[in-house]
Amino acid sequence: MVVNLIKKFINKVLRNIFKNKKKVKLGLYGPPNGGKTTLANRICQDWLGEDMGSVSNVAHETREIQIKEQVTIKSKDGKELSFNLVDTPGIATKIDYEDFIKAGMKEKEAKTRAKEATKGVIDSIKWLDDMDTVVIVLDSTKDPYSQVNITIIGNLQARDIPVLIIANKIDLKKSKIKKVQAAFPQYEVIGISGKYGKNMDKFYEGLFALIN
Amino acid sequence: MGLVLQFVPYSEIEELGPARRVNKLLDIAKQNKIVLLEGRLKKEEEKDLIEITMEEVSNKFKGIELAVINPQKKDQGILKGVKSGMINLLLGDRQGFTIIGPATIVKQIKKDPDKIELFTKDIKNKKKK
Repeated sequence: MVVNLIKKFINKVLRNIFKNKKKVKLGLYGPPNGGKTTLANRICQDWLGEDMGSVSNVAHETREIQIKEQVTIKSKDGKELSFNLVDTPGIATKIDYEDFIKAGMKEKEAKTRAKEATKGVIDSIKWLDDMDTVVIVLDSTKDPYSQVNITIIGNLQARDIPVLIIANKIDLKKSKIKKVQAAFPQYEVIGISGKYGKNMDKFYEGLFALIN
Repeated sequence: MGLVLQFVPYSEIEELGPARRVNKLLDIAKQNKIVLLEGRLKKEEEKDLIEITMEEVSNKFKGIELAVINPQKKDQGILKGVKSGMINLLLGDRQGFTIIGPATIVKQIKKDPDKIELFTKDIKNKKKK
């Protein structure tokens, strides 16, 4: 217990030292189709005027880590925050190429996508340790009690990496932010619609509070 | 073939290192059996389990469904808090249980804090625990 506390303290001190020397790595993590790339695109459009990656209704559209360097956001009171935005492939415990066939792909394409998706999950997990801050992007119309969500957040908590939880897709009728909040009561949960840019001001405020 | 649940007592994995623990459980799941583990893996091991599962995914093995039931109670008073702290100290990861099901058999494990619903692919009836 004491060793863990000392480890956490050292990690925090080291992170703060390095935070001043290099750009903060802000990772977007979560299950597939939660809207990570849609959110990444929204952030990049808001502050850089360009997209980051392609989005799709078929799961595992993002199969490689994507980085947008030096994104600078500004608060209403004039403060600035710069970070390298890291969009990650969705983390899953299963990948079935037949699901991609059902979504309209040919068998060969589906198998290739499945293979790339598994590699993407492995890369996302490997990168977890390198993040300075993580935004967990959840689809607020889905069950938040998935073990993948709990495992990712548990690992970030163990490494003392700051976490902000986003309940995305609040524009949809089935959206249940309260259920997400009930699942993770120890974290701040902000409801947004990355697609329509709803509540993005609250999201940016949340980022300032988390990183500063 | 019926649904096979293999119970794994915590004592069977207690002495194993993280990699061997994860591989032991995954090997059972790859035999199309549902693992019912007494206790739970460490968070780091859960992460490793997902990573290794992804390395093993093939046209036959599609991955796993995973759920951990943790008996931690929220909003408990000071006395109960101290008591559960003591239990945690004594039992550690032996508390709760973990279900690991092969994705070819288990379609979904839905978890509310106090209830687990396991939906299978081959059997139409859902089983509640």
